[in-house]
Amino acid sequence: MISALRPIDCDMHPVVPNIRALVPYLPANWAASVDDRGIEGFDSISYPPNAPLSARPDWRPGGKGLPVSLDDYRRHVLDRLDVQWAIGNCLYGAHLAFSEDLGVALASAVNDWMVDTWLDPEPRMRASIVVAPQNPQRAAEEIDRCAPDRRFVQVLLPAMVEAPLGQRRYWPIYEAAQKHGLPVGIHAGSSYRHAVTPVGWPTYFVEDYASQALAFQGQLGSLISEGVFNKFPALTVVLLESGVTWLTPFLWRLTKFWRGTRSEVPWVTKPPIDIAREHIRLSAQPFDAPDDAATVARILEHLPGKDMLLFASDYPHHQFDGDAVLPQGLDQETIRRMAQDNPRATYRRLEEAL
Amino acid sequence: MAFEIVAQVSDIPVGQRKLVEVRGREVVIFNHGGQFFALLNRCPHQGGRLCDGKLTVAVTSSEPGHYDYHADRQVIRCPWHAWEFDIRTGKSWCEPDRVKVRSYRTEVLAGTQLVRGEYTAQTFPVKTENDYILVDA
Repeated sequence: MISALRPIDCDMHPVVPNIRALVPYLPANWAASVDDRGIEGFDSISYPPNAPLSARPDWRPGGKGLPVSLDDYRRHVLDRLDVQWAIGNCLYGAHLAFSEDLGVALASAVNDWMVDTWLDPEPRMRASIVVAPQNPQRAAEEIDRCAPDRRFVQVLLPAMVEAPLGQRRYWPIYEAAQKHGLPVGIHAGSSYRHAVTPVGWPTYFVEDYASQALAFQGQLGSLISEGVFNKFPALTVVLLESGVTWLTPFLWRLTKFWRGTRSEVPWVTKPPIDIAREHIRLSAQPFDAPDDAATVARILEHLPGKDMLLFASDYPHHQFDGDAVLPQGLDQETIRRMAQDNPRATYRRLEEAL
Repeated sequence: MAFEIVAQVSDIPVGQRKLVEVRGREVVIFNHGGQFFALLNRCPHQGGRLCDGKLTVAVTSSEPGHYDYHADRQVIRCPWHAWEFDIRTGKSWCEPDRVKVRSYRTEVLAGTQLVRGEYTAQTFPVKTENDYILVDA
C-alpha cells in the first residue's frame, strides 16, 4: 500500500471555484472589470467540469461539480494515502487571456489565492507558481515575486502555448526558475492558440486529451534542440500528466535522427536521450500502459533512467478507482523511488525546514 | 600490420580522396592540406561506403545560436545516414568514444627511399622520381 511510504503527491489540482474567489487578489482595475465586462471566468476547456475525466464520480461533492475544498482533498487523498507533501498545480486559465496584462494579473491572483486557501491552512501543501506565458519577461517577474515563499516549489507552464517552449523568447522563465532552484513543470493543457493535434482541430474531447502526448513530444524536442539545457544546465523540466509510455520511443527517434542532422544544432553535443535522462522527469499519472505487469516491467526497463518517475494522484482527475493509484506491475524499488526519492531529488525545496 | 604502398602522392590532390585496397580491405585516403588520412571504407553504423560521402567541415558551438566553423577540422559524412566522422581519427562526431570507423596510420616516402628499403617488391610499381603514400593496415 502506497500510504506506508508516505508518498509525495507531485501533481494534484486545487480548483478555483469561480472568478469571484480571485477578485480580492486582482488589481482594482481588473477586479472592477470582472463586473463591468461580465467576465465569467477562465476555466479551461482542457478539463470541462462535467467531463468524466475532470473528476472521479465519488469525488464530486454531492455527485456533481468539482471538488474545490481543501477538506475534500484531505479526505480523498491527503489523509487517505497518508501523503507527506502534495504539490498543487492550479490549471486556472491565466494562460488563456489574449490580454497579457490580464493574464499576468490572473496569474498573480491565483498564486496569492493559493497561499491563502491551500498553503497557509495545510502544512502538507506545496504549490507551483502559475505564470502567464503570454509575456515571458513578466512571467519571470512573477517567479521572482513568489519564489521567496519556499512553499512554491516549481514554475508551471501549459503544454501548448503560443510557440514551442524551447525558443529563446521563453528563456527569461528558465533563467528565473534556475536562479531560484525551481524546476519547470509543463502540464497537459493548451492556450488554444493552435489546434491541439498536429493534424488540425479534433471533433471530440477524447482526441484532445489523448493527443496531449504529441504536444509533450514537440516541447521535449524543442527544449533539447534549442539548447535550453545548455544555457540552463541546472534546470529540471517535469512533464506533468503527459503519460509515461510515449517518452522512450520518441527519444529513440530523436536520438537516431540527431546523429545524422546534428550539425544543424551543434550545441547539442550529447545524445538527446542522455540529455533527457539528466533533465527530464515525469509524473506517473497517467502511465498509459495495458493492465498487465509484464508489459509495465518492460516499459520500465526501456525508460532512460530510474530516477525519472514521480508519484502523482492527479486529483481530482479520474485516472484510477478506489486506492489503485499505481499501475500494476511496478516493482517495490520503483514505487519507493517514485513516492519519495525522486520527488525529493527533483524538488529540493521540499526538504527544507520552513 | 605493415605499411603498404597504396598510391602516388600526385594521385590525390589536396581536398580529394581515393579509394584503395589494402590486403583485401577497402580503405579511403584523404588529402587534407597535404596530410594524408586513411579510414576503412565502411561506416560502423550500417556499412555505408564512406568514399561516396560528402567531405565537410565540423561545426561546433559554444552556446545555442553560435556556430563555430572549423575549416581545419574535416569530417566525412556517410552517404547513407549522414553520420559524421573525423577524418583524422575516425571518431564519430556524435559519440566519439562509442562509435568510430577504423583509421590507419599513413606515411609519405620518396621513391628513392622505397626502392632501397624494405618496401620494394610490392605489387605497386615504384619510380625513384615520385613520392608515395603508404598505409599501415
